[in-house]
Amino acid sequence: MSDSSAYPSGLLLCLLGSVAATLLPKVLPLTFLKGDSLPPLLRQWLSFVPVAVMAALVGPDVFFYEGQFNASTSNLFLMVALPSLLLAWWSKNYFLTIAFGLGLVILARATGMY
Amino acid sequence: MSPSAFLSPVAEGLRRGLPIMLGYLPVGFAFGVLAVKNNIPPALAVGMSVLMFSGSGQFVFASLWGAGANALSIIAAVLIVNLRYLLQSAAETPWLSALPRLQRFLLGLGLTDETFAVQVTALQQGWSYNLTTLFVCNHSTQLAWVSGTGIGAFCGELVRDVKPLGLDYALTAMFLALLVPQCVSRLHVVVALFTAVLSIAFRGVGMSQWNIALATVIGASLGVWLLRRRDHSPRVCSVHTSADPDTNEREIQRGRHV
Repeated sequence: MSDSSAYPSGLLLCLLGSVAATLLPKVLPLTFLKGDSLPPLLRQWLSFVPVAVMAALVGPDVFFYEGQFNASTSNLFLMVALPSLLLAWWSKNYFLTIAFGLGLVILARATGMY
Repeated sequence: MSPSAFLSPVAEGLRRGLPIMLGYLPVGFAFGVLAVKNNIPPALAVGMSVLMFSGSGQFVFASLWGAGANALSIIAAVLIVNLRYLLQSAAETPWLSALPRLQRFLLGLGLTDETFAVQVTALQQGWSYNLTTLFVCNHSTQLAWVSGTGIGAFCGELVRDVKPLGLDYALTAMFLALLVPQCVSRLHVVVALFTAVLSIAFRGVGMSQWNIALATVIGASLGVWLLRRRDHSPRVCSVHTSADPDTNEREIQRGRHV
């Protein structure tokens, strides 16, 4: 505790609040919701959360390239994502899809295309 | 992503965590570098990765702290960007409700976008959960996250660029590989496309902290609305008895066998 003065106390306080703001949303539903006795409508709604949240995460990941919205061929991630989607659809293979995507990114950069 | 019958529970957890670890190392590294640049002491940056284990929340924290924002507005921003965890945590409950409360609490601590995506996909595909696998997957990935942060915070200048390795694309590659198996029916494809466009649009108009949670809430609501509308239309009512809670599970089953 002797070196705690090296940290601004505002930073520690802010960190404490942010830890709570992170952990509470993670644990509260899992700890206190009874998942098997939820109202049918809510269960139905929750069943769409995985597909929705993954799409909400991946959409901006692919279309915002280097911080900017980019829907053109100069967006490497978009150019890699399109064939990756097709491969995922056909192969249904999780690791193959990831390896293919990473391989294309490495190849595109190694050859100086991007 | 089907669970392998040949692996021990620990190995299965590591297998699931591997692509996430590949992604977390460089992103954790980037966080460590950014945190120090924004006047956060290296040890505290590592502490954040241990205690928060939340990529977007930590990045928001570091950039706002560096910009001199006050504590309350930083905490509020972190909360907003983490609202999606409420949805993910709730979405896992139907599968895990048989577990004791303490174990559900501990599983919640290891929840991230990536571990959620991997675990819930396995559960949907009929995996009867194994606690060891769940915890190993959650915390092996956290180890990668913390290690990356430590390297970035304490010796950020040693590593030049992770870009040639393609690792800045690793998490996106993983989400794509997990999103496609989520699309078990035409309805799910519609929800995925709609939500992705909405999330991009929200971010485009500057709502970069709200976009994920808001788009997810609206997208899931669209899914329920379309499902109920279809189940209540006269043509389909002759097939379905009513919109019971398992309708969507049946939908998923049917989609898988098409």
